[in-house]
Amino acid sequence: MLKIFQKIEEVNSRNEKVLSVFLTAGYPDKENFVELAMGVLDAGADMLEIGIPFSDPLADGAVIQKSSHVAIENGVNLDSVFEFSRLIREKTDKPLILMGYANPVFRYGIKRFLSDAVDCGIDGLIIPDIPLEEYDSFYPSDEISLDRILLTTPQSGEERIKEIDSKSSGFVYCVSVSGTTGVRNSFTDTEIKSLQNTRSLIKKNKMLVGFGISTVENIRQVSPFCDGVIVGSAVIKKLDESGNLGVFDLVKTLKSGCHG
Amino acid sequence: MFNIIEYDQPDRNGKFGIYGGRYVPEILVPALRELEELYSEVKKDPKFRVEFQNLQQKYNCRPTPLSYAERLSKHFGTGKIYLKREDLNHTGAHKINNVLGQVLMAQKLGKTRIIAETGAGQHGVAVATACAKFGLKCVVYMGEVDIARQAPNVFRTKLLGAEVVPVVSGSRTLKDATNEAIRDWVTNVKDTHYIIGSVVGPHPYPMIVRDFQSVIGVETKEQIIKEEGRLPDVIVACVGGGSNAMGIFHPFINDEGVRLIGVEAAGLGLASGKHCASLTLGRAGIFQGMMSYLLQDDDGQVSEVHSISAGLDYPGSGPEHSYLKDIDRCEYFSVTDEQALEATSLLARLEGIIPALETAHALAYLNFLMPTTTKDQIVVVNVSGRGDKDLGTIVEYLRDLST
Repeated sequence: MLKIFQKIEEVNSRNEKVLSVFLTAGYPDKENFVELAMGVLDAGADMLEIGIPFSDPLADGAVIQKSSHVAIENGVNLDSVFEFSRLIREKTDKPLILMGYANPVFRYGIKRFLSDAVDCGIDGLIIPDIPLEEYDSFYPSDEISLDRILLTTPQSGEERIKEIDSKSSGFVYCVSVSGTTGVRNSFTDTEIKSLQNTRSLIKKNKMLVGFGISTVENIRQVSPFCDGVIVGSAVIKKLDESGNLGVFDLVKTLKSGCHG
Repeated sequence: MFNIIEYDQPDRNGKFGIYGGRYVPEILVPALRELEELYSEVKKDPKFRVEFQNLQQKYNCRPTPLSYAERLSKHFGTGKIYLKREDLNHTGAHKINNVLGQVLMAQKLGKTRIIAETGAGQHGVAVATACAKFGLKCVVYMGEVDIARQAPNVFRTKLLGAEVVPVVSGSRTLKDATNEAIRDWVTNVKDTHYIIGSVVGPHPYPMIVRDFQSVIGVETKEQIIKEEGRLPDVIVACVGGGSNAMGIFHPFINDEGVRLIGVEAAGLGLASGKHCASLTLGRAGIFQGMMSYLLQDDDGQVSEVHSISAGLDYPGSGPEHSYLKDIDRCEYFSVTDEQALEATSLLARLEGIIPALETAHALAYLNFLMPTTTKDQIVVVNVSGRGDKDLGTIVEYLRDLST
């Protein structure tokens, strides 16, 4: 615990925003995934989100859906996700976060999942289909030494945002737009206002913005209202178009956009 | 015209025992809360009740008859079989019961755009129908596989002015159509109401759809008492998501003497792995906003399933069915594609009713049930829909069989 928070503080203290990069575990293949992940961190990502593939990813757009299906076809399951995590953890101190839908975790056994994740050096967990309503019954009541990151959206009202802030640890994941994950053009005034409003309600946690962040321009637009950004679909898309080297370049460029 | 009885599920969190709940992305929670609040208001509102009843009687044609199936009963010779004629609803299936209620609610929420998923196309047609009547924009998500096998319903939906969006992801059937509808809702939740077609999805949907469909069971109870002076011994209904079954079962849940039997699709056989028998062979899982019995692999990935019937071709089922199975109040069995097809022609020849392939699963179960009943027993089968939409599939199947 605290590792994610401290990392964000450290990066912010250099007058930079945090860049967190999402990769689907075992995509495009299992063999080179650890190398890809390390390359992304070396290119400037401050944190890594490792996506657990799921057959029915409701909150995801076409790019991540496809990567998820390929990963499943590649034979990726939680055992492989933990193996990747362990290997990555051996090579880096940066925060590692697992992101995935509830069912694979539920089937694996929630307690077993949490303890294996900690053993592999995972620092945080994002499960988008466990909102506040299911949080208490999903997680065991005993102490969990893993940050659990909750999401806010433009539809969450003031009270919900406050409650999300109080339950969340590590950071609050602020979903910038109404919609699924995926590349968009620029943010509208309404969306930026909503970010500003969310930011003003979050007191306990740092706030990272995700969904629709794909360019330096996007990052500059949201930077004044957050502590960092999360990039997923744009990275996966680049991976499809121009492979690992293309992704490393993109990460470098995006990180340059995070400098104040 | 919906009925609230003393059986008190779900709880305040939308759970039926451990099942149900609201396993959805944060963005949908405020809309689900809003829907829940509105529903608790309209449930008590006599004006809403009258409005809904008027629609059911004057636009739809409720009450639907409960018909004694004389020749079918004689065929088995071991009891009296009654058919609850939901096939006689406007648009040809029970789906419209729920749709009319939800469209009234959507109007009260001020939503101008309606989205829906559909498998067999009956729900899509019903939603397109109600949207035409109330002047609402309508988008129906349908898997490519289902678009091909339920072509007449695709034409009907378009003729009614709705847009049909083909879904090409995953198995290109009902499950994937539901995923896409949810993704649309995530994006357009501000002006859009999602009319789920079955007792599935996040709370409050399983409860709302059940209550709107429970008119089937309420009428059945009155009608059978009028005909026979007593309650039936067994009620049989097919289960995909399970809305027609929940609708007829619900008013009988406290009547312990009435056996409630849900029939799932065994597809090419339970051993083949190509089936949809989630209550028979599934395990608890979290999927499309709910916890329920789910066909999945050991890694928690949702299985690819199969049924000749597009409306049953779904890897999960409603959370309340999962609960009723666990507490042993309902029993669940399954029949194969072939058995369902045989039952289709049996009912056509003996009673002059061509049932939907979904319904045919319930009818096929009579082959297993009737040898165990006695002459004085009463069995009700819910005829959830008519079979016109399936003629293409049936013709193709019979042709394959003869070559």
